[in-house]
Amino acid sequence: MTEDFKAGARDSIGILLGLVPFALVFGIAADGAGLSTIQTVAMSAGIFAGTAQLVTVELIAANAGLAIVIVTGIVVNLRMLMYSASIAPHFTEYGQRTRAVLAYFLTDHVYAMSIAEYAEEARSRNKRLYYLGLGVSIWLVWVAATVVGYVLGAGIPESLNLMFAIPLVFLAILVPAIEDAPQVVAALASAVVAIAAAYAVAEFGLPRGLDLLIAAAVGIVAGVTAEEVMAR
Amino acid sequence: MSEYAVLEIWAVILVIAVATYLIRLSFIHLFGRINQVPPRVTLVLKFVPAAVLAALVAPQLVTPSPDVAEMVVDERLAAGIVAAAVAWWRGDILVTILVGMVALWALQFGPTLVF
Repeated sequence: MTEDFKAGARDSIGILLGLVPFALVFGIAADGAGLSTIQTVAMSAGIFAGTAQLVTVELIAANAGLAIVIVTGIVVNLRMLMYSASIAPHFTEYGQRTRAVLAYFLTDHVYAMSIAEYAEEARSRNKRLYYLGLGVSIWLVWVAATVVGYVLGAGIPESLNLMFAIPLVFLAILVPAIEDAPQVVAALASAVVAIAAAYAVAEFGLPRGLDLLIAAAVGIVAGVTAEEVMAR
Repeated sequence: MSEYAVLEIWAVILVIAVATYLIRLSFIHLFGRINQVPPRVTLVLKFVPAAVLAALVAPQLVTPSPDVAEMVVDERLAAGIVAAAVAWWRGDILVTILVGMVALWALQFGPTLVF
């Protein structure tokens, strides 16, 4: 273990304080959706993206169609295209196989922390080791905390409404992610359409999950439009 | 509890996991051939998190109904607004969850303790 790997592991601690409760909530939600332990672990290890995992189990619990669950889970992760493009110049010195391994650990936090660290040229870190220090620590704790949440899930009384933690997690990610007015427009448009569409699902039997995709699409169009109008 | 078959859940996990990995690998692999995401795509991607997350949250804070007044009187909405304020102020997932849950419990169980 070198210094750079350890520095990455050390820098992951602050992130993990926020991620552990998220992982616990996911574990509880996976139990509630009827997933097995091994399926829950496979999701954390394979998908390794909290929001997508939570969305997926939510839609499974709501019996949304197979195609909708898959499409929604993938759409939520499309933002990672930007991370991939942004971090790629830092990895060009490595071979294909190393890059294939590094890509697996590209989460929101690993991306943000690594890019910030690479900008500190004075520290001249070994990029790959620092990145892996972050990624491997986060991966291990994420998978472990998921299992703990899954095991605890069954023992928690229904009356505590613990599932309310799920929208709270999404709010905790959403609010700090909003940086400008067009993003506010996107969020508000999406929220309004989501409520109307959820009503349509309950009242007219629109497939569950489709409401989410319709609302997100309207929100994105509204955001892009707002951005273009304001640029003029 | 869902009505999903075991194999369907495995299919969901496998397909999303592979697609997510390919998204992560995309530019890291392609670099040298294409080194920029087209600006149009970047613009759309910029709004994906805000739009998807808002769509997930909104229907869980209110019970969708054509009657707006009925929707606004909801403990979950009040607790959600408090949590959103905390998220904006602190930007911390743990604190946001704790404050939001305590606010919900206070609104749900508080009145029965007082009266």
